[in-house]
Amino acid sequence: MTLNPEDLEQIAQARRDEEAQYRHRICVCMAAGCLSSGADKVKEALERVIKERGSEKEILVKPVGCLGPCAAGPLVTIDIDGVIYHDVKPEDAEDIIASLDKKPVKRLTMNTDVPLFQRQMRIVLENSGKINPESLEDYVAHNGYAALFKVISEMSPAEVIDEVTRSGLRGRGGAGYPTGLKWSTVAKARGPRKFVICNADEGDPGAFMDRSVLESDPHRVLEGMAIAAYAVGADMGYLYVRAEYPLAVKRLKQAIKQAERSGFLGNNICGSTFSFNVDIRLGAGAFVCGEETALIASVEGNRGQPRPRPPYPAESGLWGCPTLINNVETFANIAPIIRNGGEWFASIGTEKSKGTKVFALAGRVVNTGLIEVPMGITLREIIFGIGGGIPDGKRFKAVQTGGPSGGCIPEQFLDMPVDYESLASVGSIMGSGGMIVMDETSCMVDVAKFFMEFCMTESCGKCVPCRVGTVHMYNILDRMTKGLARMEDLELLEELCEMVRHTSLCGLGQTAPNPVISTLRYFRDEYLAHIQDKRCPAGVCQMAEAEVYA
Amino acid sequence: MLTMMSKYKKPTPPSTDTRWKLLEATMRRHGYKASSLIECLHTVQEAFGYLDEEAMRYIAYSLRVPLSKVYGVATFYHFFTLKPQGRHTCVVCTGTACYIKGAGNLIAAIQKKYNVEPGETSPDGEVSLLTARCFGCCGLAPAAVIDGEVAGKLTPEEIIERIEKKVKGHDSQS
Repeated sequence: MTLNPEDLEQIAQARRDEEAQYRHRICVCMAAGCLSSGADKVKEALERVIKERGSEKEILVKPVGCLGPCAAGPLVTIDIDGVIYHDVKPEDAEDIIASLDKKPVKRLTMNTDVPLFQRQMRIVLENSGKINPESLEDYVAHNGYAALFKVISEMSPAEVIDEVTRSGLRGRGGAGYPTGLKWSTVAKARGPRKFVICNADEGDPGAFMDRSVLESDPHRVLEGMAIAAYAVGADMGYLYVRAEYPLAVKRLKQAIKQAERSGFLGNNICGSTFSFNVDIRLGAGAFVCGEETALIASVEGNRGQPRPRPPYPAESGLWGCPTLINNVETFANIAPIIRNGGEWFASIGTEKSKGTKVFALAGRVVNTGLIEVPMGITLREIIFGIGGGIPDGKRFKAVQTGGPSGGCIPEQFLDMPVDYESLASVGSIMGSGGMIVMDETSCMVDVAKFFMEFCMTESCGKCVPCRVGTVHMYNILDRMTKGLARMEDLELLEELCEMVRHTSLCGLGQTAPNPVISTLRYFRDEYLAHIQDKRCPAGVCQMAEAEVYA
Repeated sequence: MLTMMSKYKKPTPPSTDTRWKLLEATMRRHGYKASSLIECLHTVQEAFGYLDEEAMRYIAYSLRVPLSKVYGVATFYHFFTLKPQGRHTCVVCTGTACYIKGAGNLIAAIQKKYNVEPGETSPDGEVSLLTARCFGCCGLAPAAVIDGEVAGKLTPEEIIERIEKKVKGHDSQS
C-alpha cells in the first residue's frame, strides 16, 4: 500500500469530520491509574445515560490516555481542554450529561487555574488525554506519522541525525547521553544487520512515565522508532516491555498491527525502499535488564546479565550487530523534533539540558501523578507549585530522584534548577523521572535500607562487589535501624560504598551506594541518632531492647 | 551434523491438555528459536499459572536448549514462579511510593490474618501473598492487585476486607 501526504491528510480529515458531527465529546481517562479507580464503569454509565436520552448522535464518549493527576481519578474532561471532572463515580453520569450546554457540575470540577495545570509544558504528553490510544486515525488526526512521512520523502538519514543532534536531545533513560551522537555512532557502525531497541523496562520503583506514554500514545513511540531505524539503517526493532504492564503491552500490540495494516510499519514503508518491522519482547521482572547489555541478553532469550563495555551495543549489540537502544521517552520526543525542527526543541530548557522532562510525582505530596515540565524549572516549583506541597501540614524533608540509583535531595537545594548536571552535583541523578517526596515522618536510614534491599535482591550476581557488597551494606543498615550498630559500622559502610561504586561491572552496582552516600551526606545526624542514641528521630524504626544490645 | 539432525524427534506435549496448543503456537511463531525461551515461559505461566518441571523439559526439548538453561532463566527472573498459586492471589506493591505510604503494614496484616509469608501460599491453599516492585500506580499508593484487580489507597483493614470478600465469594460459589 502506498501512501502519500494527501492520503495522510485524508485520514486525518475523515477523523476530524467524524468527531465534528457530535456536539459534545466526553473524554474518559482509560490509563491504568484511572482504570483501577473504576474508569471503565464510569464510561459504561455515561454511555448508558446517553443511550437512555437518545442522544448517541450528539454526544461522543471517547476513551483517552492519561491526563496526569492520577490520584484524583477517575478523570473525565468535556470537549478537550474544557472542564475537568475528578473522582467521578458512575452515579455522577446523569449529572454530567445533564450539565452539558449549561454550567458544569460544581462538586466535581477541578480547578485548572493552578500551577498544576499552568506550569506544565507538554511535548511528550501532548496527545495524552486527547486522543484515543487505540485508534490510529485519531493519532494521524493529531499530526501523527507526519514526521515519519517527512523523513522518508524529504530527508536523508544524515539530515535526520543532524536535526536530532541540533535539538540537543539527551537520553531520557537517566544517564543523559546525547541522542544525536548515539545515532550517528550506530549509523557509522558496520554490520550485516542493524537493530533498534526501545527500552520500556521501567524498573525504577516509583516511576511510571513510560507506562503512561505507552498506554496513552503508543503510536508515537513506534513513529520515533521508525524514524530512528531510517536514520541508522536498521530494519528490525524490538520493544522490550515489562510484563507487569499488561495494558501497555495490549495497546502496543494493537498499535503495531494497525500501523502495519496502514503501511507505516512493515516492508516498503510509504512506498519507499525503507522497511522496518517491530516485535514485542516481554521483560520478566529483572531491574538489571534496564542496563543495555543485560537488556540485549534478555531479548536474546538469556538471563539478563550485563557484560563489560566496550564493545558498546552501538558497535556490537543484539546478536553481535550494531544496535541502537533508546528509552521510551527519548523516542517519544523524536516526532515533534522532526515536525518542528531541532532549533525549536533547543530553545526550551537550559544550556546543556534541552526540552522537557516527564516526572512521576509521588509520595508525600498533594498532587500525585504525571507532570511534564521544561528543563531548568526548580524543585520548589515542582513540589510546592505543581505538586501543591506536603499534605496534612507536615514539613518537607527530602525528595528522592532517580530511583535506587539516585539520591535524596534535602531542603537547601530546593531552588536548584532541574537538569542533568545540577542533580549530579548534589549527588543524585535525573534518572528516568521518578520523584518521591518525603516528609518528616520518613526515616532516611530506613529509606536507604529500602533501596539497598532493592539493589541486593536485584543484583544479578555476576560480579562480586555488587553481589556481596550490597548484602553487607544491607546488613549494616538493618542493624542500624534496629539500634544494634556501632560507630565502626558507619566507617565500614562508607568504605563499602566507595568500593562497590568503583569496582562493580555495570550501572546497577556502580550506583547502588548512591542512596546511602547522599543520605549520609545530608542526614548524617539521623545515622548518628540511630547508632549512638539508639533512637529513630522520625519514629519509624523499631529499636531493639537495650539489654539485647548490651 | 546431518545424521544428528535426523535423529532429533520433535517432542510431543506432556499431556492432552489443550493449553499446550498455546505454547505450541508461540514456539511456531518464533520458529522454535532458542531466543524465544522467555516468550515461551511467559505463555506457559499465563496458561498454567506457574512453571513445573514437565513444562520446562518440554520447552527445553522443543527449542533444543539445555534444561539447565531453561531452569536458569526461569529462576533468574522474578516474574516466573515454579510453585502453584493459591486460589486467590494478592500482590502488594512495595515500590518506593507505596513503601513511604505504608505498604509494610498491608503485608503485616495479611501475614497475620492468613498465616502466610510473602512469596508463599497460605496453609489452606486459599491465598498467595506476593510482592511486586512497582505497578506504576504510584498515584494510588499504597496499592495491591487482588486476583488481577488493582486496588489503591488501601489501609490494612481494607485490604483484609477485600481479600475476605474474594475468599467468601469463592466458598459460596462452590
